[in-house]
Amino acid sequence: MAEVVLSQKWLAAGSTRFCAGILSTARHLTIEQKMADYSNKLYHQLEQETGIQTGYVRTGSIFLAQTQDRLISLKRINSRLNVIGIPSEIISPKKVAELHPLLNVHDLVGAMHVPEDAMVSSADVALALATAASQNGVQIYDRTSVLHVIVKKGQVTGVETDKGQIQCQYFVNCAGQWAYELGLSNEEPVSIPLHACEHFYLLTRPLETPLQSNTPTIVDTDGRIYIRNWQGGILSGGFEKNPKPIFTEGKNQLEIQNLQEDWDHFEPLLSSLLRRMPQLETLEIMKLVNCPETFTPDMRCIMGESPSVQGYFVLAGMNSAGLSFGGGAGKYLAEWMMHGYPSENVWELDLKRFGALQSSRTFLRHRVMEVMPLLYDLKVPRWDFQTGRQLRTSPLYDRLDAQGARWMEKHGFERPKYFVPPDKDLLALEQSKTFYKPDWFDIVESEVKCCKEAVCVIDMSSFTKFEITSTGDQALEILQYLFSNDLDVPVGHIVHTGMLNEGGGYENDCSIARLSKRSFFMISPTDQQVHCWAWLKKHMPQDSNLLLEDVTWKYTALNLIGPRAVDVLSELSYAPMTPDHFPSLFCKEMSVGYANGIRVMSMTHTGEPGFMLYIPIEYALHVYNEVMSVGQKYGIRNAGYYALRSLRIEKFFAFWGQDLNTLTTPLECGRESWVKLEKGMDFIGRDALLQQKQNGVYKRFTMFILDDHDTDLDLWPWWGEPIYRNGQYVGKTTSSAYSYTLERHVCLGFVHNFSEDTGEEQVVTTDFINRGEYEIDIAGHRFQAKAKLYPVASLVTHKRRKDDVELSDLHGK
Amino acid sequence: MRTASPRPRYQDSRKPAQRGIVGARSRSRRPRSCTRGDAGADLGASPLPNHRQAGHLRPAPPPLAPNTRAAPPSTGGRARSREAGPCNQWAARAEWKGLSDPRDVTKLARGAVRFRPRPPLASSPPTRHCAANRKTGSAPARTFGRGRVAARRSRGAEWAGRGRGASLRGVVPACVEGAPGSAAAASSSRRSGFFPGVPGIPVRSSSLPLFSDAMPGPTQLFFPLIRNCELSRIYGTACYCHHKHLCCSSPYLPQSRLRYTSHPAYATFCRPKDNWWQYTQGRRYASTPQKFYLTPPQVNSILKANEYSFKVPEFDGKNVSSVLGFDSNQLPANAPIEDRRSAATCLQTRGMLLGVFDGHAGCACSQAVSERLFYYIAVSLLPHETLLEIENAVESGRALLPILQWHKHPNDYFSKEASKLYFNSLRTYWQELIDLNTGESTDIDVKEALINAFKRLDNDISLEAQVGDPNSFLNYLVLRVAFSGATACVAHVDGVDLHVANTGDSRAMLGVQEEDGSWSAVTLSNDHNAQNERELERLKLEHPKNEAKSVVKQDRLLGLLMPFRAFGDVKFKWSIDLQKRVIESGPDQLNDNEYTKFIPPNYYTPPYLTAEPEVTYHRLRPQDKFLVLATDGLWETMHRQDVVRIVGEYLTGMHHQQPIAVGGYKVTLGQMHGLLTERRAKMSSVFEDQNAATHLIRHAVGNNEFGAVDHERLSKMLSLPEELARMYRDDITIIVVQFNSHVVGAYQNQE
Repeated sequence: MAEVVLSQKWLAAGSTRFCAGILSTARHLTIEQKMADYSNKLYHQLEQETGIQTGYVRTGSIFLAQTQDRLISLKRINSRLNVIGIPSEIISPKKVAELHPLLNVHDLVGAMHVPEDAMVSSADVALALATAASQNGVQIYDRTSVLHVIVKKGQVTGVETDKGQIQCQYFVNCAGQWAYELGLSNEEPVSIPLHACEHFYLLTRPLETPLQSNTPTIVDTDGRIYIRNWQGGILSGGFEKNPKPIFTEGKNQLEIQNLQEDWDHFEPLLSSLLRRMPQLETLEIMKLVNCPETFTPDMRCIMGESPSVQGYFVLAGMNSAGLSFGGGAGKYLAEWMMHGYPSENVWELDLKRFGALQSSRTFLRHRVMEVMPLLYDLKVPRWDFQTGRQLRTSPLYDRLDAQGARWMEKHGFERPKYFVPPDKDLLALEQSKTFYKPDWFDIVESEVKCCKEAVCVIDMSSFTKFEITSTGDQALEILQYLFSNDLDVPVGHIVHTGMLNEGGGYENDCSIARLSKRSFFMISPTDQQVHCWAWLKKHMPQDSNLLLEDVTWKYTALNLIGPRAVDVLSELSYAPMTPDHFPSLFCKEMSVGYANGIRVMSMTHTGEPGFMLYIPIEYALHVYNEVMSVGQKYGIRNAGYYALRSLRIEKFFAFWGQDLNTLTTPLECGRESWVKLEKGMDFIGRDALLQQKQNGVYKRFTMFILDDHDTDLDLWPWWGEPIYRNGQYVGKTTSSAYSYTLERHVCLGFVHNFSEDTGEEQVVTTDFINRGEYEIDIAGHRFQAKAKLYPVASLVTHKRRKDDVELSDLHGK
Repeated sequence: MRTASPRPRYQDSRKPAQRGIVGARSRSRRPRSCTRGDAGADLGASPLPNHRQAGHLRPAPPPLAPNTRAAPPSTGGRARSREAGPCNQWAARAEWKGLSDPRDVTKLARGAVRFRPRPPLASSPPTRHCAANRKTGSAPARTFGRGRVAARRSRGAEWAGRGRGASLRGVVPACVEGAPGSAAAASSSRRSGFFPGVPGIPVRSSSLPLFSDAMPGPTQLFFPLIRNCELSRIYGTACYCHHKHLCCSSPYLPQSRLRYTSHPAYATFCRPKDNWWQYTQGRRYASTPQKFYLTPPQVNSILKANEYSFKVPEFDGKNVSSVLGFDSNQLPANAPIEDRRSAATCLQTRGMLLGVFDGHAGCACSQAVSERLFYYIAVSLLPHETLLEIENAVESGRALLPILQWHKHPNDYFSKEASKLYFNSLRTYWQELIDLNTGESTDIDVKEALINAFKRLDNDISLEAQVGDPNSFLNYLVLRVAFSGATACVAHVDGVDLHVANTGDSRAMLGVQEEDGSWSAVTLSNDHNAQNERELERLKLEHPKNEAKSVVKQDRLLGLLMPFRAFGDVKFKWSIDLQKRVIESGPDQLNDNEYTKFIPPNYYTPPYLTAEPEVTYHRLRPQDKFLVLATDGLWETMHRQDVVRIVGEYLTGMHHQQPIAVGGYKVTLGQMHGLLTERRAKMSSVFEDQNAATHLIRHAVGNNEFGAVDHERLSKMLSLPEELARMYRDDITIIVVQFNSHVVGAYQNQE
C-alpha cells in the first residue's frame, strides 16, 4: 500500500510556514504533554536521520508568573511534567534574571523553567519529515488539491483531486484551517469544528549584542506574550484579549496570503513586551507577521476517525501548537490507523467528542474569540465557556433559571451547577476563579444535605438516550455481544454495563433498561452522543432489522435524589414506591401527576436512594411543577451537578470520560461483578478481560480521602494530581470532590505499580494498595491520603441516631 | 449655501441664517470663547442685538396673552416673538407648567383647562404647542399679510442697524410703538371667536399622552407662523425667526429682566428650563455664576436617545444580503422634531427600503409619508400575481401576506387612527395596478415603481384632504397632512442595485473607499432647490414666460418655499378655488387660520410644486462601503467629504484608514509603541459611539475648527434650550447603510 501526501500548494505552505517555531511541553493535559515530548525527541533526531538542517536548538523555556494564582497553575503543570519524565522546576525571579539577560523580573513572583524545550525552524522540520517520508516510499504531490473524498458504503475508497483520482482506503484530513470546508465537501459531510483567527508576531533586527542562540524562550502568560530569540533579534507574539476571527464565510483561498499587519491591534502585546524587556525600546522593527491560526471550540486539537465515514481520519485544529503536537499527534494517529486505536487515551482530542451541533459558523466564530485569549488565561478549576451557550436546553431551563440556577455546558447542553438561594447576592464571577475553596461551597453543601435528608430534583436531561429495538430477538443477541454485562434480564430491570473494546477498555459506560423483550433503553454520558452512536453503528450488522434511535431530545430527565423521593412519587402516582414494590435498578412506565407514560427508574447515578424520571418533553413542565408542589412538604429543592458530583465521588462512582476511558477495564475499577465472564457468552473484550483476570491488573481504581487537608486554607485538588505511594509516583487522580458527609476531600485515581529498577508496570494487588502510605501532590504540596478500594461503609448504611435529630430538621430545606 | 467645513458653525449652521435671511445674514454671532463657563450666556446673549433690532423693525403685532398686556411697553418684542413662533415657547411652557399645576389653572386660557386632567408625560420633553399658542397665535396669523409687507419694507433698515449699538438704540422705541397695536390685535383676536374654536382641537403636547403619538402638532398647521423657522422657510421675506427666538432672551438685559421679573406672571413666563432658570438666577446674584456643562454621559444620553441599529441577521455565519445593516439617529432642533425616518425590508420582493423625510410647516406630512410611502413603493414593486393574492385575501377576509418588515425605533410611531383610511387608499392603488395589468408579465422597473409610488402617495394625500372624512379628527388630520409639507429621500437596495429616489433637499451620499484606503463621496441625489440650475430651468419651463421672475424669488419657490419638490403643501398645488373651497368646508380651526387661507403671491398657474422624485441608479461595487441618507440638517453643517470620511473612519476603525506600515523605514519598538499609544487614545473617542449615525451627529454638532469633537462645544450645543436650538441647527436625521462588500463582490464575480 502506497502512502500519498497531497498538498494544495507547496508542502508546509499553511500556517506551518509562519509558525513561531517554539516547541513547548508545558501543557495542561497529560496527553498533550506526551505528544509534545515525543515531537521534541523526534525533531531532535531528525537532523541526524535525514541530514536536513532543522534549526533545532535546545533553548529551554521559562514560564513567568506575575501572580500567585499563575504560580499555582505553573506548579501544577510542573508536578505533572516531572512524573512523565520531563525535567522542569519552579525557580525564583532571581534565577530567571540569571537565565535571561534582558528580562525585567521586578513584577514576578516566580517562574517555571523547562530546560529541554526547544526551538526549530518549522518549515525545515516539515521538509525534513517529508524527505524522511519519501525515503520510506511515500509519494508527495505538490499543488494538488483535493476536490472531495470518495465514499462508498460508509467507507473511504478514494480521493478526487484536480489532477485525477487516487484509490485509497484511508484518508487523513490534515488541511488545517481548510479542514472544515474539506470535511463538508464530502457527500456524507464530516463536521470538523474549527475556525481561524488572525495571529500576530513581531520580528526585529538583531540586537547590538545579539542574543545567544540558546537563550531560553520566555512565555509571559500574564502579559499574553511569548518571546524567543530570532537571528540575534527577537520574535514575539501573543494571544490577545480581542482576537480577530477570519474566514468565517469560508473563503476557499489557495494559500494563506500574507494578511495585513495591524499595529494598533498589536499595541497591547507590544506594551507588554516592552514592559518585560525595557531595553528593547531601541531595537529596530523588521516586520509584523500576521498568519491565521485555527482554534477549536474547547482549546484541544482534533484527531481521530470520522463517526460517519470509516477510513476518514482527521488531524487539525492545533490551537497554534501545531509544531509542539505535530510529531506526537502523527504517531498516535498512525497507531490509530494501523491498530484501530492509539496506545494512549486520546478521548480528550477525539473528533467524536464533537457533533454536527458544534459546526455552526456563528458558534465557531464566537467561541474561538473566547478560546484564543483563554490559551494564556489562567485556567482555574471548573471554568465554563461563556460564548456559544444556551444552544441545547431542557424545557425546564427558564423555570430553573428563574430559581437561581447557575449553568455549565456539556456537549452544547446547559446543565445546572447549583442554585443560588434568593436571599444570597449574585456571586461575582471573579470570586469563583480560585484554586482554593470556591464561593459556592455553602450552597452546594445545603443541596447535598437536602439530598441526604430530604429530596432534591436535578435536571439531567442532557444524558444521551438511545432506544434499540428489533422485530425478533436480534436486539438482545447483538447487545449481548456489544456489552459486557448480561442483558438477558427480566423486563423492567436495569443493568449497569460497559461497552468495551477489544482490549477490554470502556468505550462507554451506560445503564440499560429492558423495556420489553425486544427493546432496550440506553442511558450514556452526555458527550457520548456521537461516539456511542458511531460505535454501535460500526458494530451492528448492516443487514439487520435492528432499529437504533437517538431519543435524547424526546425525554426530559429528572433525578429525584433522597430518602423522601419515595414519598413524593407515591403521592403523585398513587402507587407504592417502597423497595418491596419498586426494588432498586428497576424501570416502570407509570403515571406521575396527570401525565402518563413516564419512565420511572429506581437509580440516581449517585448511589443515593431515589428515582430517575424520563418524561416525554411535553409533560416535563407539568411533572416538574407537580413534583415541586407535592415535594414542598417533604422539603424538596432544586440541586445541581456539583451536588451530584460530590455525592457520586464520595460513593466511589466512576464516570466515563473522566475516570474511565478506552484503556481502563472493568476489572481495574472493581467492577468484575458487572461483567458476564462466567456465563460463557462472547462479547467484545472478553478475551482481554479473561487474560487480565488470570494475570492480574496493572492499575487499580482507588479512592483517596485526604487527611491533613484544610478545606478552607489549602489548595483544592482538581484532577490530574500525581499520587505517591511510599514516596514513589504511582499514578494520577482522575477526579475529586469535597465530601460533605465525610468532611474530607475525596480523590479518585488509578494506582500503578512501577518497578523501581526498570520502571515497568507490574501487577497491582489489593495488598499492594492496602499496604502503602499515600500522598497526593497538589501544586507541589503533598497531602496525606487514605486509599480505599470500596466505598466508605458509613455512607452506604447511613442512619441517623435518634438523639441527633434537632428542631432544624423540621425546617423546609 | 453649502460650504466646506470647518467653518464658523454658530453662524452658518443656523438654518434661519441660511434659509430665512436670504442674502441678509446677520453678522457672525459666534459666541465668545466660553471662559465664563456659561453656555447659555454665550449662546443666548450674543445674538441679542438682532433680536432687538427685529423687534424694532418689524411691525408691531398685537399683544396676545393677558400677561403680556400687563406689561405693555416692554412686551411688544415678546408679543411679536410669539407671532414668529420660537420665543413663545417659553410662554407656552409656562402655561403648560400651569396646566400640570392645579393652582395655576386660573391663569390659563379656558380652552386649555380641557386638558388638565391628563397627566403630563414625565419622560418626554416639554413641548411648546400649547394653550399659549392657541391663544396667541391666531392674531399674528391674521396680521400676517400686513406684517410681511412691513417687514420687507423694513429690511433695509435692519441691514443698516445690524450692529449692536444700532439695535440697542432701536429697542425701546420698538416696544413702545408696538404696544398699542398689539393690544388692539389681541383684543380683536379674542373677539373673533378664537376660543370657541380651540377646545375642539386636540393639541399635541407632552401632557397629552393620548394625542402625543397620533397628533403631531396641529398648531403647525393651525398657526404655522408660530412655528419657529417655518415662517422664515415659507415667507422668507417676512421675518427673521432667529431674531424672534431672541425676543425671549430679553430677560438677559438687566433692565428688562428686572422689569419682567418683578411681574409675577413673567416669573413663570421665563422659566422654561431649569438651566435657564439657574442661569437667570446666577446672573441676578452675580456672585454665584453657575456652570451647567453637560457631563459626557449626559451628552451621550441626549445623542443616543433616538439611535437605532439594525443588523441583517446572519444565517449559519453567513449574511447573504448586500446590506450588512444600518445605523440611524435623529437630533431634534424643532420641538417636536419634524424629521422622520423609515426603514423596512420588502418581504414579498427582495430589497430594503430606507428613507429620511424632512417636514415643514409641522410634522404631519412627514409623519404620514414616513408611514405610507414604503407601502406604496412595495406595492408598486409587487408582481401581478402577488397583488392578486393580496386582493383576494382582503376580499375573502383571509390573512394578508406581510409586505414590509419595519425596522423602527420605539419613538418612530405609526398613527393608529388613520390606519384604516391609509389602507383603503393603498388598496385602491393596488386595485388599479391590478386592473391596469395588461396580462403580459413584464419585469417591474424599480425606477418607474419609485416614481409612481411617490406621485401616487402625494395624489392620495391631496385627494384625502379634498374628500375629507366623516370622522372630524381624521378630517382634520388629513388636512393637516395636506397643508404641511415634507421632502423625501428614499433608497432601495436590492443586491447590487441601488436606487435613490429624491424629492426635495435631503441627500443620499455614497461612501467609497479608494484603493489607498482614503474615502470619497459620491452624491446619489440632486437637491431640488434654487441651487440646482436644472430645477430652476424646469420650474421656468413649467410656467408661462411672464412668471419667470416670480416663480423663484429670493431662491425660494414663489418667494416662499425652499425645496422645489415636496409632498403635501397643497397651498402650492391646488388651484385657488379648490383651496378656498376646502378651507371653507373644512373644520373651523382651519377656517379660522389665516395661514391656510393665505394664497401665495403670484399664484397664477398651479401646481407649482410636485412630489415626483428624481431617481438615481447606482450599481454597487465592492468599494462602495456605505450610504448616508440625511436631511439637510446634516448637510448644511458638514461638507459631504467630511461626512463620508468620518463615517468611513468610524466603520473601519482608525487603523484601516491609515494603517501603520513599517515599510522600509527604520522604526524602533519604542517609537512604534509611542505612536500606537497615541493612536489608541484617539481611537477610544471614536468608539464611544456604537452607532455610526450618532457618531456623525456628534461631529456635526460638536466639531471645532479642526474637525475634532470638542466636548465643551458639544455640551453647549446640546444644552441649548430647545427654543434656541433651532437657531443653531436644523433637525438632523441620518441613516447610514453599510454594504456587505463580500456579497457585492460575489455578485460582481458572477458576471
